[in-house]
Amino acid sequence: MSKVNKSLPLEYSTEENDLKIFGFWVFLGAEIILFATLFSVYFTLVDRTGSGPIGKELFELPPVLVETFALLTSSFLIGLGVHAMRLGRTKAMMVFYILTLLLGAVFLGVEINEFLTYIHDGATIQTSAFLSSLMTLLGTHGAHVTFGLLWGSSILIQVKKRGLNAKTANKAFIFSLYWHFLDVVWIFIFSFVYLKGVL
Amino acid sequence: MSMDELFAPMKEPMILGAAISIVVGAVAIVAGLTYFKKWGWLYKNWLTTVDHKKIGVMYILVALVMLFRGGIDALLMRAQTAVPENGLLNAEHYNEIFTTHGLIMIIFMAMPFIIGLMNVVVPLQIGARDVAFPRLNALSFWLFAVGAGLLNISFIIGGSPNAGWSAYFPLASTEFSPGVGNNYYAWSLQISGLGTLMTGINFITTIMKMRAPGMKLMKMPMFTWSALITNVIITFAFPVLTVALAMMTLDRQFGTKFFAMQDGGMDMLWANLFWVWGHPEVYIVILPAFGIFSEVISTFSRKNLFGYKSMVMSMVVISLLSFMVWVHHFYTMGHGVMVNGIFSITTMLIAVPTGVKIFNWLLTMRHGKITFTTPMLWALAFVPIFTIGGVTGVMLAMASADYQYHNTLFLVAHFHYVLIPGTVFGVLAGYHFWWPKIFGFRLNEKLGKSAFWFIVVGFNVAFFPLFILGLDGYARRMYTYSADTGYGPLSMVSFIGALAMAVGFALICYNIYYSFRHSPRETTGDPWDARSLEWATQSPVPEYNFAIVPKINQLDEFWYAKKEGRDITAGKYERIHMPNNSGAPLWMSGVMFLFSLFFVFSEWTLVIVFAIATLGFMAYRSFENDEGHYIEVAEIEATERRLRGEK
Ligand code: HEM
Ligand SMILES: [Cu+2]
Repeated sequence: MSKVNKSLPLEYSTEENDLKIFGFWVFLGAEIILFATLFSVYFTLVDRTGSGPIGKELFELPPVLVETFALLTSSFLIGLGVHAMRLGRTKAMMVFYILTLLLGAVFLGVEINEFLTYIHDGATIQTSAFLSSLMTLLGTHGAHVTFGLLWGSSILIQVKKRGLNAKTANKAFIFSLYWHFLDVVWIFIFSFVYLKGVL
Repeated sequence: MSMDELFAPMKEPMILGAAISIVVGAVAIVAGLTYFKKWGWLYKNWLTTVDHKKIGVMYILVALVMLFRGGIDALLMRAQTAVPENGLLNAEHYNEIFTTHGLIMIIFMAMPFIIGLMNVVVPLQIGARDVAFPRLNALSFWLFAVGAGLLNISFIIGGSPNAGWSAYFPLASTEFSPGVGNNYYAWSLQISGLGTLMTGINFITTIMKMRAPGMKLMKMPMFTWSALITNVIITFAFPVLTVALAMMTLDRQFGTKFFAMQDGGMDMLWANLFWVWGHPEVYIVILPAFGIFSEVISTFSRKNLFGYKSMVMSMVVISLLSFMVWVHHFYTMGHGVMVNGIFSITTMLIAVPTGVKIFNWLLTMRHGKITFTTPMLWALAFVPIFTIGGVTGVMLAMASADYQYHNTLFLVAHFHYVLIPGTVFGVLAGYHFWWPKIFGFRLNEKLGKSAFWFIVVGFNVAFFPLFILGLDGYARRMYTYSADTGYGPLSMVSFIGALAMAVGFALICYNIYYSFRHSPRETTGDPWDARSLEWATQSPVPEYNFAIVPKINQLDEFWYAKKEGRDITAGKYERIHMPNNSGAPLWMSGVMFLFSLFFVFSEWTLVIVFAIATLGFMAYRSFENDEGHYIEVAEIEATERRLRGEK
């Protein structure tokens, strides 16, 4: 486990690191099923609005566009962060990661605000099957982002304290995979929940 | 919830009795450990271990305990229905018992038993030092144990779930199942399911990435193949359950409308999600048993497994089909002819690859030099009995006919005729087969064989009558019936069969004690003259598994090396890196236990406290820097010599 292969990027350089990255891809496979299930539930229940509001009455595009912009940009920035890490430029890497997390926080802020508006308008998670499934889908994604903010920050502290080594680089790289994944899920939410909902 | 409601179940004398015996048992264990000063030993060697073999043993231990819990449930049910209009159990109690019986047997007995055997055997079969993520493995185990604990305390504290192991809505909603029973259902499954998902990820990584040099995928032993496929099914099926259970919790505890009867909710959504996970679950417990039978049959026939490639192919096909048949569990719940027809066909298709496997086993035995050891007996009994289960399965798969006998004892007989030979015989075969590898001595064959006969004969006496009763219209899940139905005599026969099975299981336990005292210790490492790599290690297997990692050129390399007089584990020792033990998985699971328990009772402040504690544990783990330790060459030499029986 302590054997270091210098010809590979730091995050892949030990046997243990290689296993972790592979394992994380498998985990993402499970996450795809998780979100696929949530989407199927949403599509099943989307027209079952009971006496509550329908999507068209609820969705507003401008805040959703802000969310989309924040998340897409953050995903791009974390890519730059990984690139900087490969070049061994710790400072630059940290800056990109911090910007990523900040944009994640912006996303989360807008989303929470959106939820509060819905609730204010009398559209709660208990109102109808449609709203239960909508808020569970969005909430699960949002919870992933929240967890990502905590996780990303903890990794940044470790990079700061211990510098870039096989361990921290591995963690930072895996986190970037996670972050890209959340971005991809969001693109599906944006297209199939919001765009489809307002059209 | 008030104290009065909390302990309401204790008003029932039987539950009070059970509670008292649990408390007495627990006090005795605690007192014993204290008296013999074994706490430190237990904590250091077992509770904090990250060794896959010890984790496997703990899985099997808990699974055996759960076999007894589920078995007592079963005996009570058969006792209650042994005679018409029996008053042993009331309707409510009966509902709880068939629910916990099903749940415990599938989730807390069959699956962990199989995962336990996988833990013990798979790294050895592929020549690895451990699984890919040893600590995650320990966490998986403890989450499973905690989930099992949660379900088991439900019958004392607050009340057991009672809506069937499939927990159909609206029956499982707060309207028809008030009380906390179904919250327990959701959380015990959720917590242990998380552990199972981690096992899936861990073993896929282990098998894909950690095989000994030269071991191509098509040179892997069949049990490892079955484990790989099973873990892929786990990884794809369990997230569906996670979502379904979360929705159940939201509906029951937060008033959402997923499965509600008003505001657009849809009860059939539960049935669909449950069986999208539930049918693959059936194969999660059965494919590894197929793997075990393949190993056992080829070992004790002294022949290569017939049709290796077709064995692998048929498992792959079964795993794909297992995701395409779920609707056969509710043909009668209002689908069109078209939907029922399609699912009827996909269901029947599963019989094809299964049949291929049966023929391969038979052809493996053909012209073989068969030795009738206990594991081989289990494998031999499996073939005809499972075939009856399969044939009746095809009968159920015909949607139109299913309208006649669905939800009768015919169905109950069918799934026991596949689950018991398929899974229970499988794990018992594996348990007897690998026991000497784990503990360094064999289980007594005579006791093993008498247990075998009690269980096999008892099984047929207990379950065959249910086919007849079912065709006669005896509905499942009925707590009693009147004498003029004529169900009485055959039900009594069935009860007697169940008693015989109980004797068999008791003998299996006695065998542990007896063999521990009397069996000769085993120093060859290969007591059965077997074929795959695990038998190339010493018994019991040292912490590091292989002193020298073998190189593999062919399937059953160990077998051929033995015949050619080569030693594949010869070479120069080097120091070995191993992970350190850790208490974190145990404590973190304990925290998650309390989190779930308070969630069950909607005690939100405490829920939040323990949720934060869980996150704290994760952060702690993330910051921890644990480099593991080395086992030095001198120590390896000494261990190897000792296990070979040299001075
Ligand atoms: C050999 C191929 C199999 C076929 C064709 C088959 C078919 C079926 C069908 C059609 C049902 C639904 C019956 C109804 O609700 O009326 C059913 C139920 C069931 N099967 Fe199988 N099955 C097969 C194998 C298995 C195996 C291998 C297991 C377990 C290891 C199993 C366990 C069960 C269980 C637990 C149920 C109960 C469902 C409930 O609670 O309603 N089956 N099977
Ligand atoms: Cu099924």
